Amino acid sequence: MIDRRFFLKSSGLALVGGTLLPNVFVKMANAATTKGNKTLVAIFQRGAVDGLNMIVPYGEQAYYAARPTIAVPRPGVEGGAIDLDGFFGLHPSLASLSPYFKDHSLAMIHAVGSPDTTRSHFDAQDFMESGTPGVKSTEDGFLSRAVGLKKQTPVSPLRAVALSPAMPRILAGSAGAVAMTNISQFGIRGNANVSGGFESMYAEAVAGTLGGTAKESFEAARILKSADPQKLQPNNGAVYPNGPLGNSLRQIAQLIKSNVGLEVAFADVSGWDTHAGEGGAQGQLANNLRNFSDAIAAFARDLGSRMGDVVLVTMSEFGRTVHENGNRGTDHGHANVMMLLGGGVKGGKVHGKWPGLGSQQLYENRDLAITTDFRDIFAELLTKQLAVPSLKTVFPGYEPKLRGVLSS
Amino acid sequence: MKPATKLLAGLIAVTMLTGATSDNKLTDRERALHVLNRLAFGPRPGDVDAVMKDGVNTWIEQQLHPEGIPDRAVEARIAALPTMTMSNAQIVKTYYEPVLMARKKANADAKDGEVDKKEARREYMRDVPFDKRPQNVMNDLLTERIVRAAESDRQLNEVLVDFWMNHFNVFAGKGIDRFLLTSYERDVIRPHIWGRFEDLLMATAKSPAMLFYLDNARSVAAPENRPMVAQRFGRRAMEMNPQRKKQQGGLNENYAREIMELHTLGVDGGYTQKDVTELARVLTGWTITGERDGGQGAAFIFRPMLHDSGSKTVLGIRFPAGGGIAEGEKMIHVLAHHPATAHHIALQLCQRLVADDPPPALVDRVAAKFLATDGDLRETVRAVISSPEFWDPKSYRAKVKSPFEYAISAVRAVNAQITDATPIARSLQQIGEPLYGAQPPTGYSDKADVWINTGALMNRLNFALALASNKLPGVHGDVVALIPAKEAADASRSVEALAQALTGGNLTEETRATIKSRIVERKAPTEDPWDNTQLPTVAGLILGSPEFQRQ
Repeated sequence: MIDRRFFLKSSGLALVGGTLLPNVFVKMANAATTKGNKTLVAIFQRGAVDGLNMIVPYGEQAYYAARPTIAVPRPGVEGGAIDLDGFFGLHPSLASLSPYFKDHSLAMIHAVGSPDTTRSHFDAQDFMESGTPGVKSTEDGFLSRAVGLKKQTPVSPLRAVALSPAMPRILAGSAGAVAMTNISQFGIRGNANVSGGFESMYAEAVAGTLGGTAKESFEAARILKSADPQKLQPNNGAVYPNGPLGNSLRQIAQLIKSNVGLEVAFADVSGWDTHAGEGGAQGQLANNLRNFSDAIAAFARDLGSRMGDVVLVTMSEFGRTVHENGNRGTDHGHANVMMLLGGGVKGGKVHGKWPGLGSQQLYENRDLAITTDFRDIFAELLTKQLAVPSLKTVFPGYEPKLRGVLSS
Repeated sequence: MKPATKLLAGLIAVTMLTGATSDNKLTDRERALHVLNRLAFGPRPGDVDAVMKDGVNTWIEQQLHPEGIPDRAVEARIAALPTMTMSNAQIVKTYYEPVLMARKKANADAKDGEVDKKEARREYMRDVPFDKRPQNVMNDLLTERIVRAAESDRQLNEVLVDFWMNHFNVFAGKGIDRFLLTSYERDVIRPHIWGRFEDLLMATAKSPAMLFYLDNARSVAAPENRPMVAQRFGRRAMEMNPQRKKQQGGLNENYAREIMELHTLGVDGGYTQKDVTELARVLTGWTITGERDGGQGAAFIFRPMLHDSGSKTVLGIRFPAGGGIAEGEKMIHVLAHHPATAHHIALQLCQRLVADDPPPALVDRVAAKFLATDGDLRETVRAVISSPEFWDPKSYRAKVKSPFEYAISAVRAVNAQITDATPIARSLQQIGEPLYGAQPPTGYSDKADVWINTGALMNRLNFALALASNKLPGVHGDVVALIPAKEAADASRSVEALAQALTGGNLTEETRATIKSRIVERKAPTEDPWDNTQLPTVAGLILGSPEFQRQ
């Protein structure tokens, strides 16, 4: 098998003659060739990914002491982390993302998370998606509120799309997002009378309620039918790995390239709840991370210069225990890591204040402490990438601090 | 109000025009429809009249005692599915061992690096006779669940099986759980849903399926806390040999957390992280038998040697050092009788049977009944059903059907015969909630999430069209036969008659007018005379209508 990193680099060379591929979209971002059509792509790693094995603090002896069987080795040895900055390293399964970090288009924020203390998957996801940690009564998702505040003319029924069978909490609300798993099958399998019949039934049935018609669905289905984005093949030799995330990102890229007005895309990917047999450089988490990384790398390659208009962000409800448990896995923890990739990202850097893994430094004596609120990162994304005019109602009661993860 | 609730309110407002009456009571017909929607998977043709004839209360009382309902045809059909009568051990032996053998042989072949391991494994699996292949297990189980829901006369029983399987969710996609779910549903859930909650909880806690799914089977005492080690070498000796320690495993808090958060107390039930860790210690040694244990294997076992022998405190209850399985049994007893558990179970039952956001007073009363009856689940369910809130017109058609409820109610509405359940199982996947397919321990939400503007809705509509037009192979219905020939012969009247037959009269004037203008009036009189061939399309539109999404 060809070494993946070598393959990426060499084909990048072939593609743009002497420059590494990622340079392209950074350059394009600077050139600002856009039609104002910026897109934010959010990926939720449901189940709480082990951020400490994703972006490895190999400079901490405490990391190795806490994880005798599942630590990722230091750079330079077999199966070792890929060095980022002399302290943090990428899990070797994330190798396909490494060129983007080197090219300053990929950034991480470590020790980031939701300040609520819960270690419940459900509550933590709910708090993160509502954008109101600790408040269960919030009606809608914060991305929906953000999209609702942003003007778009004309309004596209595909401005906010979730690649998911049901509407995820984060996009629930009045902004009129649509959720689908397969853009080529989104629509009614029947003649115009049948689909028209359903359309008027649903328009009438829920008329007058806040965001409450299926109008967007039927309009979206029509646009998808005429724009036919699924005919678009991946560009630049991008190959998406099999699996749900690859499928989702391939279709998000098709929507972006079809210019259907996509502003916010959301995809989720599960399988991160590694209570047992997590593995280190190899194993369960390594396999999941490889698929995750390759899907994102394929997306960036596919979009090429268009990636200058796109920022992709990854998130997960909480981190996992610093110490491995009795089954070579990890239990529910606190702070985690986020990644940002795309145009305008201040990349090549692991952002965030590192709280340390010493026993005095841990949250509740067991978990990575939070030094950056996840809302700070989204505040910057929403302001700079999507030009959302105000965040007051997006994150009610919270004053976000911009952390400088994007150039303005 | 949540956005979802607002959507619902809009629908309810329209429904009120033709649905519930304006005074504050449901009519007899509405009452019959209500119980058939909430305590059954929707009416089959004629069911509403039959329930009205015997009386709604009589029907409810029968449903509360499913053991008195014969249901022979369905039982006979289920018994004919080969895996339905097999034990965990038999299933593992018959269907999992060929997989292991294939894996082993493929690994051996691939050792020299010239053979592709996956391809070799596929090759070996092709040699396994069809009736010994692993997918038979899940196919049988899907068939069983779908056929029972659609055809069993013990409808409330099936509704509650669905509720409890979801409450104590086990994901078929995790490891060997796909081979353990048959027994889990048959031996753990079904026999206990009309008894005491504690017995149900204890049965799940000792079930191989749950022990594997939430990793308790692997959770063992830290080596220095094991009885033999402590006696023989002293605790210090273990600590001095970390290499040995890490090979021997230790605590896993996955199940300890979820039994409190999801199965009993609820997330706000007042436990701490310390309680989670201590309960995990209490439950160490609760695991699954293997070959070495003699017997058939794949059964519950308590291993004293792997149990944490130290002292522990959970929820303020102190266990002195040296305890055994009794510690865990005591904690399950405590959790099952905790007021927070009563409230959590009451809330979830009310969400399932009454409304997404049930009145707090109702939840409190149901919780009180739970506590007063020692967690008697029949009496707890009865408390929900007999409450004024259940019968309040505000509850009538106030819930959106779950994907399973929707698909099964459509199958029942057209009185379809299921010879192959696979297309229904596949549709449930497309509508977003595959059976046995919820990965997180939370299961699926019993509250209607925002269901509009989703591919899931589109897939519901496509399912309705396919079902009504007999395009689901193995699921056969005849919508023309549902209405009298005289009605079917008239275009406009056939819409009215089908609406009555499929929804029990719950289709709004607007929806009926839409169907007539879109389908009927385009067919006649300008084109050929009305000839029934449009009836399946009409039925598909009715089954896809907003009204039919509700219960």
